[in-house]
Amino acid sequence: MPLHLKRLLMLGVLIVLLFLLLKHLLTPVSFGQFGHYRGKAIDEIAAHQVKFVGNKACVSCHDTIVTMKNEGYHSDLSCEGCHGAAYLHVDHPKLEKLFKPDSREFCGKCHSINKARPEKAVTQQNIKDHHPEDKCIKCHNPHQP
Amino acid sequence: MNPEFEHLYQALSKVDGFIYPNEIELSWSVLIVLYPFITGLVAGAFILASLERVFNVKSLKPTYVIALLTAFSFMLVATMPLVFHLGQPFRAWEIMITPHLTSAMAIFGFVYLWYLMVVLLLEIWFDYRVDLVIWSKTATGFKRIVYKALSLGSDDISPKSVKLDDKLGYIVTVIGIPSAFLLHGYVGFIFGSIKANPWWSTVMMPIIFLFSAMVSGIALVMVLFIVINYLRKQKIDMLCLDTIAKYLFYIIIIDFTMESLDQIHRFYEAEESFEIISLLISGHLNFTLLIMQIGVGMMLPLGTLGVLQFYKPAAHIRKAIYFVVGILVLIGIFFMRWNVVIGGQLFSKSFLGFTSFKLSLIGSEGFLMASIWLVVPFFILTFLLWLFPPWKKTPVDH
Ligand code: HEC
Ligand code: HEC
Ligand code: HEC
Ligand code: HEC
Repeated sequence: MPLHLKRLLMLGVLIVLLFLLLKHLLTPVSFGQFGHYRGKAIDEIAAHQVKFVGNKACVSCHDTIVTMKNEGYHSDLSCEGCHGAAYLHVDHPKLEKLFKPDSREFCGKCHSINKARPEKAVTQQNIKDHHPEDKCIKCHNPHQP
Repeated sequence: MNPEFEHLYQALSKVDGFIYPNEIELSWSVLIVLYPFITGLVAGAFILASLERVFNVKSLKPTYVIALLTAFSFMLVATMPLVFHLGQPFRAWEIMITPHLTSAMAIFGFVYLWYLMVVLLLEIWFDYRVDLVIWSKTATGFKRIVYKALSLGSDDISPKSVKLDDKLGYIVTVIGIPSAFLLHGYVGFIFGSIKANPWWSTVMMPIIFLFSAMVSGIALVMVLFIVINYLRKQKIDMLCLDTIAKYLFYIIIIDFTMESLDQIHRFYEAEESFEIISLLISGHLNFTLLIMQIGVGMMLPLGTLGVLQFYKPAAHIRKAIYFVVGILVLIGIFFMRWNVVIGGQLFSKSFLGFTSFKLSLIGSEGFLMASIWLVVPFFILTFLLWLFPPWKKTPVDH
C-alpha cells in the first residue's frame, strides 16, 4: 500500500477513535440512567431553591396584614402574587425589599374589563372611568379592598 | 380601539377564519427554508460532478472540480441555518454524542457527517493529491504548509499510485451518488414524514426534494462556471456549457413531472384537507407558488432551454441566456423550499383558517441573517478556488 493511503487510513482511524473518545468523555455520567436524558437532571431541578415561600411565611412578622387580608375580598390571593417572590426577603427583610405594586395598571391586570374572564370570579371595573384622578390604593386598601 | 386588546387585535389581524392559538406565529421561518435549499445545492452540484466521473460525460470535465468545490463550500454551511434557528450553538453537538435513533434530526447529523467526511472530502482529496504534492514543492509560505499537511507528508506520485488514487476516487464517487441521494432524500423525508401536515406528508417528498436539488445544484454550477470564466477573462467552453444546460433541461422535466404528479394525486384524492390546500394555493401561496416557483422558476426556464435544444443562437447570446436561466431556476427552487416550509405552516390543522407570515428584515430569523448564510458559501468557495485553483491542476484523464 502506498504511503499516503496508509497515512489516510491512519487518519481515518484516528478520527473515529477521537470521536469515540470525545463521546465517552463528553457524555454526561448519568445519561441513560432512566431514559434518553441525564438521570441527574431530576435531582438538579429538585435542588433548585424554591423562590416562592407562601403566605404562612409572612405571618411571623406581618401578622396584622395577613389577618387583614384573610378577612377581606383579597383573601384568596397570595401575598407574593402581588409582591413577587420573597425567598430573599424572609431571611434579610431589611436588605431585600419587596416590590410594592401601587400603580392603577397593576390592579387593572385583574380588575379591568375583560370579556374572556368570568365576572363572577373577579369584579370588573372600567379602569379609565373609575375615579381616574387617584391611585386605587388611595381609596382601597390593597390588603382589604 | 380598546388599548387592552391591542395585542390581541394585532395578532388577529394576521388570521383568517379559525385557527388554534399556537398556530398564529410560525415557528419555522426563513432559516429553515435555507436549510433544504443549501443542502439541495450540495447534492445537486455533487451529482453533476459524478455525471462526468461515473457516467463518463467527457464534455462536463471543466466543471468537475468546480462542482465538487461548490458542493463542499455549501456543505460546510448547510447546518448553520439550523444551528442559528435553534439558538443553542454550544449545545448543538450534543445531538451527535447522544444520538437517538428515532430522532430524524439526529440521524441527519450522521448522514451529513458521512457525506462530508467520507464522500466529499475524500473525493476532493484523491482528485487533488498529485497537485498537492507538486504544489507543496513549488509554493511558499502559508500555502506551502497547507499543501504539505494535506498531502499527509507523502510525495508518492508514481504512475502506479496515481492510478490507484484514481480508482479509489472512482469508488468514492460511486458510493457518493447514493449518498447524495440519501442526503437530500433525507431532508425531504424530514418533511414528508410529518403526518399531521397534509401539505408535507407525502411519500413523494424525498423524490421531489431530490430532483429539485439536482435542478438547483446544476443551475448553480452552470452560473458559477460562467462567472468564473468571466472573472478570469477566459473563453468559456461552450460545448461544456451546452451540455450542462442540456442536463439541466432534462432534470427540470423530470422534476416538473414529479411535482405535477404529486399535485394531481392530491387533486384526484381530494382528501378532507383538499379544500384548505386549494385555498392556500390560490391565496397565500399565489405569488410564491404559481408565479415564482412554477412560472418564473420552472416554465420560463423549461421553455427557454427547450427552444435552445433546437435553435442555437450565437455563443455569447446563449451564454447570457444560460446565465439568466440559471438565476431564474435558483430563485424558483428557493421559492419551492419556501412554499413547502412556510406554506405548510400557514393553514390551521383544523383546516378552517389561515395565519400569515411576513419576513422581517433584521433579527435572528430575518432577511439579513438568511442572506449571511447564503453569501458565506461563496466566500468559502472563493477561498478554496484561490487555495486550490482547478485551472492550475495537472491534467489527468479519469
Ligand atoms: C423575618 C420577618 C419578616 C418576614 C418573615 C417577612 N417580612 Fe416583610 N418585612 C419585614 C420587615 C422588618 C420589613 C420592614 C423593612 C424596612 O422597612 O426596612 C418588611 C417589609 C415588607 C414589605 C414592604 C417593603 C417596602 O419596600 O417597604 C413588604 C411588601 C413585605 N415585607 C412583604 C412580605 C411578605 C409578602 C412576606 C411573606 C412572604 C414577608 N414580608 C415576610 C420582615 C419580614
Ligand atoms: C392585591 C395585591 C396585594 C396582595 C395580595 C398583598 N399586598 Fe401587600 N401591598 C400591596 C400594595 C399595593 C402595597 C402598597 C401599599 C401602599 O403603598 O400604601 C402593599 C404594601 C405592603 C406592605 C408594606 C406596608 C406599608 O405600610 O408600607 C407590607 C408589609 C405588605 N404589603 C405585606 C403583605 C403581605 C404579608 C401580604 C399577604 C398576606 C400582602 N401584602 C398581600 C398589594 C398587595
Ligand atoms: C391577582 C388578581 C388581583 C389583583 C392584582 C387585584 N385584585 Fe382585587 N380582587 C381580586 C379577587 C379574586 C377578588 C375577589 C373576587 C371579587 O369580589 O371580585 C378581588 C376583590 C377586589 C375588590 C372587591 C370587589 C367587590 O366585589 O366588591 C376590590 C375593591 C379590589 N379587589 C380592589 C383591588 C385593588 C385596588 C387592587 C390593586 C392594588 C387589586 N384589587 C388587585 C383579584 C385581584
Ligand atoms: C377616589 C377613590 C377611588 C379610587 C381612586 C378607586 N376606587 Fe374603586 N371604588 C371606590 C368606591 C367608593 C367604590 C364603591 C362604589 C362604586 O361601586 O363605585 C369602589 C368600587 C370598586 C370596585 C367594586 C365594584 C363593584 O361593582 O363592586 C372595584 C373592583 C374597584 N373599585 C376597583 C378599583 C380599582 C382597580 C381602582 C384603580 C384603578 C379603583 N377602584 C380606584 C373608590 C375608588
